[in-house]
Amino acid sequence: MANLFKPSANSAAKVSLLSLAGLPVVLFFTGSQISRSSANTGVENPLSQPIPFSHQHHAYELGIDCRYCHTGVERTGYAGLPQTETCMSCHSQIWTNSPLLEPVRKSYETGEPIKWALVNKVPEFVYFNHSIHVNRGVSCNNCHGPIQKMHITYKGRNLHMSWCLQCHSKPEEYLYSDEKNPDLTPRQQVFNFYLKLQTDPNGQQMGPQEQQLALGNEQRTTVKDLVARGNELLKQRGVKKAQLQDCAVCHH
Amino acid sequence: MNRTAVTKVQRALVAGSALLLLAGCHQDMWNQPKAKAQSKSDLIFADGSNTRGTIPGTVAFGEAKLDREFYTGLDKDNHLIKEFPVAVDEALLKRGQERFRIFCTPCHGEQGNGKGFIASRGFTQARPVGNYHTDRLRNMPVGHFFDVITNGYGTMYPYRARITPMDRWAIVAYIRVLQEAHYSDIGTIPASERTRLEGMKADPGQDSPPELPIGAPPDRMLNSPGGAVREVPLGRRAGPGQVVPSAPVPAGRGTVQPVQGGIER
Ligand code: HEC
Ligand code: HEC
Ligand code: HEC
Ligand code: HEC
Ligand code: HEC
Ligand code: HEC
Repeated sequence: MANLFKPSANSAAKVSLLSLAGLPVVLFFTGSQISRSSANTGVENPLSQPIPFSHQHHAYELGIDCRYCHTGVERTGYAGLPQTETCMSCHSQIWTNSPLLEPVRKSYETGEPIKWALVNKVPEFVYFNHSIHVNRGVSCNNCHGPIQKMHITYKGRNLHMSWCLQCHSKPEEYLYSDEKNPDLTPRQQVFNFYLKLQTDPNGQQMGPQEQQLALGNEQRTTVKDLVARGNELLKQRGVKKAQLQDCAVCHH
Repeated sequence: MNRTAVTKVQRALVAGSALLLLAGCHQDMWNQPKAKAQSKSDLIFADGSNTRGTIPGTVAFGEAKLDREFYTGLDKDNHLIKEFPVAVDEALLKRGQERFRIFCTPCHGEQGNGKGFIASRGFTQARPVGNYHTDRLRNMPVGHFFDVITNGYGTMYPYRARITPMDRWAIVAYIRVLQEAHYSDIGTIPASERTRLEGMKADPGQDSPPELPIGAPPDRMLNSPGGAVREVPLGRRAGPGQVVPSAPVPAGRGTVQPVQGGIER
């Protein structure tokens, strides 16, 4: 009987054995890629909402301040979604016949809240807090993406632990100050950015970090001078960098 | 028991424990049975809400609003108060300017002339947005403005849910600055300022932010003339959370000042 396998089959066997050993690595890699893909994290996937509310229209074209609707964001941990009354303060007069706004009117009459689909959420064993970030000058866009360009709100970042820690380990790469408006507190700087976008939508007149924010990127930099400035700001703003990576900061 | 049967049992055990391990992967740490802000929870109240509104006639612990003038803008006889119940300084005016720009400019405009961009998108069809620079409003006591923010006025909705009492007074103080700036006599402005102002374009009809020189407010600004009795405008909504003006503070206890909270900067 002729040999079933030619001598070259030896190397084929070796290769397949080797790739079998490599399989866990490949599986691990694919797994981690899938968990990071937007199909899993929901990044840049708009959800279906009861009302097609547009941030581009309200927050950018009409120029309404974030705090008109997200009142708690600079004071409390929870940013909060607006009550129906907030929508009605304008829509009792504007677009009163629009079918798109029917759920708003119904909610106002019945007192039944509008049920928005929550876009950004960390697991409930993580304790996130808005006010500390806003008061230290971290822009909403850094964590939520280019809100001013969103028609239907989508998730801007994956909000994974590694993502949080990227900043918590090197906050100096993120903090900046608006050199043209030195009087602003870090908190005012966060909101003034949206005011400036009105006349300068692509951030051409702004500093390098705000320009990135305008484009939808993070306010991160590795330019030496800017990082040195970031280190000064850490001290000025009293950021306690040494303990920012402690597990108890976010899990308590 | 023969050998194959043992392996079958072993196999079943291995498979079973693997399943048990998988069963360990559950989501109860991700979604815990706890009440988070604005989230639905069936654990506590039947309607799914996590909180209850205050029951009429009760006061939450530590939230007694004893200082009637500060919390309502009315004195004990239901007259609008004419003087600020808080110290008006530069910090308060700056805070007022910031809050005004968040909550009022969309409709009333940067200058308070009622020409904000939302106004031009349809509000004027029903009733024009208030212009602060009328004789009537300039002569209104400060309590009126506080009351308008707290309870709304005509087609304007109330803002008490979103603006704290201290911030409301800050906004009122800033409205007084706007009114003062709008009507000030050119003679009272220092010469250096006058040349700067003359360089600017006269009365921009629409909406350009005025760079107000904010400093200590002049005395005459703070004490408004007139003292109308509070009038309830037509069409006021009595919303679910309507603040019922509390009963006058009994004599002897009115001197206790509740902590009113400082100004955030
Ligand atoms: C006119 C009111 C209004 C204004 C102004 C506004 N928002 Fe919103 N925002 C909403 C509403 C309503 C939702 C919920 C519906 C949705 O997700 O689109 C929301 C949702 C969001 C979300 C997603 C929340 C979630 O579901 O996780 C973010 C992030 C956000 N807003 C950021 C901002 C920022 C930043 C600004 C200022 C530049 C701003 N908003 C201004 C009304 C407003
Ligand atoms: C400060 C005023 C203001 C507030 C507050 C406000 N809107 Fe609007 N909204 C507007 C204006 C102005 C328009 C568009 C009118 C135009 O383009 O001329 C609009 C348009 C809309 C439209 C599009 C209507 C259509 O038929 O095309 C929707 C939907 C909408 N708003 C939803 C909301 C919701 C939901 C809220 C509450 C979270 C809200 N708005 C709060 C001013 C406001
Ligand atoms: C450091 C990152 C970060 C910054 C800066 C930030 N957010 Fe968020 N935001 C988050 C995270 C994380 C969540 C999800 C929180 C949760 O699930 O508890 C969230 C949730 C929200 C929500 C949904 C409601 C809530 O509180 O869970 C809104 C609305 C919102 N953010 C608005 C804003 C606005 C407006 C700003 C700027 C003033 C801002 N955020 C700045 C990270 C950030
Ligand atoms: C762009 C940078 C940045 C990102 C991204 C970021 N943080 Fe922070 N975080 C900060 C800074 C700066 C502080 C302020 C620390 C201080 O002042 O001591 C802070 C503080 C905090 C605090 C309060 C710490 C304390 O001492 O009370 C918590 C909790 C927190 N962050 C959670 C998170 C979580 C959860 C995420 C991810 C969803 C996140 N942060 C993403 C920069 C960031
Ligand atoms: C800056 C905030 C922050 C700090 C500090 C932090 N974590 Fe996390 N952690 C998170 C967030 C956000 C998640 C949720 C990630 C997700 O959505 O899956 C998380 C998830 C986890 C998980 C669940 C597995 C996972 O990745 O989803 C474990 C376990 C964990 N953290 C352990 C730790 C330990 C141990 C430390 C201290 C060395 C620590 N964390 C410090 C923010 C933090
Ligand atoms: C959504 C648009 C809108 C916003 C925002 C708004 N107002 Fe008004 N305001 C109105 C309208 C409309 C009127 C006229 C009401 C009427 O005559 O029926 C008015 C009237 C007034 C008046 C005049 C009352 C009188 O006696 O004639 C005052 C004072 C006032 N507003 C103060 C404020 C302050 C302070 C804020 C910010 C906290 C504010 N408003 C925000 C729409 C608005």
